[in-house]
Amino acid sequence: MKIYGVALLAACFLLGKLLGRLLGHLLNINSDIGGVGFAMFLLMTSSIYLRKKKWLVLETEKGIWFWSAMYIPIIVAMTSTLNVKAALSGGVLAVVLGIAATAICMFMVPVISKIGREKSIDSQNK
Amino acid sequence: MEIINTVIGKNGLVFAFLCVGIIMLFSTWVSKYVTNKKIPGVAIAIIIGLSLAFLGDEKGISNIPLFAGMAILGGPMLRDFAVVATAMSADLSKIRQAGLAGLVALVMGVSISFIIGVLIGLSMGYTNIESLTTIGAGACTYIVGPVTGTALGASSDVIAISVATGVVKTIFTTICTPLVAKKIQLDNPHAAIVFGGLLGTTSGVVAGLAATDEELVPYGALTSTFYTGLGCLLCPSLFYVILRAIFL
Repeated sequence: MKIYGVALLAACFLLGKLLGRLLGHLLNINSDIGGVGFAMFLLMTSSIYLRKKKWLVLETEKGIWFWSAMYIPIIVAMTSTLNVKAALSGGVLAVVLGIAATAICMFMVPVISKIGREKSIDSQNK
Repeated sequence: MEIINTVIGKNGLVFAFLCVGIIMLFSTWVSKYVTNKKIPGVAIAIIIGLSLAFLGDEKGISNIPLFAGMAILGGPMLRDFAVVATAMSADLSKIRQAGLAGLVALVMGVSISFIIGVLIGLSMGYTNIESLTTIGAGACTYIVGPVTGTALGASSDVIAISVATGVVKTIFTTICTPLVAKKIQLDNPHAAIVFGGLLGTTSGVVAGLAATDEELVPYGALTSTFYTGLGCLLCPSLFYVILRAIFL
């Protein structure tokens, strides 16, 4: 049943958020420290484990896939509820930063590509 | 008219589904037929979302009672829930295929974007640590920004800036990838894996690689699907703590 997948997702989500809050508490910071990241990691590992055990059937997975497909629409809904009027002054920052970050990362491609080129997929395939 | 208002008012979330569905339909159409797939539909949809927010005030379009449901659909709970669900498409067993170069690219990609974000944020007068972390996270992707911002309690306008930064990154990646592909030796699967890890914006990476060489798309997607997860893990935790240690 699809709800099993949704429930698994909910379990990972809550556990991750809990870990984030606990970490924040330990560090004396009153916020969620990496909760979503922990939750994603939990979902990845638990789905691998459950798949190995053959407990994660397609129907169950579909419950998770639905929410995975909803993330872009939800992000769009979120953007429409942000305080953009106050953010207008930061528009230049967004453009400059978006372009700078992209350009610098692009020019890192040939540098990092040098790592382990011989062992990589392309030579395996050829 | 009053009856319509009552029906929508009582079913805000459902109305929000309809609104977002129409936005997605329209932006996919614009992407396909107006921009000839040069700009991903996702980026157009987010730009429409941001523009709609101008109709309201602090809470964007949800300030208008008719659209109050948008705040439920786009609220932090459902958003984080859906973002976590995307981890399903990142197959951890495939990370070995990405190899050392892919891993280095992922870590470097998130770190470099974050550092540039913080530096440019600082130079433009942002000194609040939560804001700087959110802006740095926005330089990763338009998901990492709001997830980080909400977790740390950053203000809505800073979160909007971080989303806009991520969207600029997506659009710029899509447009520039085919133009610089030769220069950055992006012509083999190995380089595509590194490229996906460094840039991380999945929609931008996929669209950019498709315009360069269709065969490279799965390799770029392999690493970029991990990027947002890694960003959501590192930005509000390790990076935030480091920034606090530096500034406090």
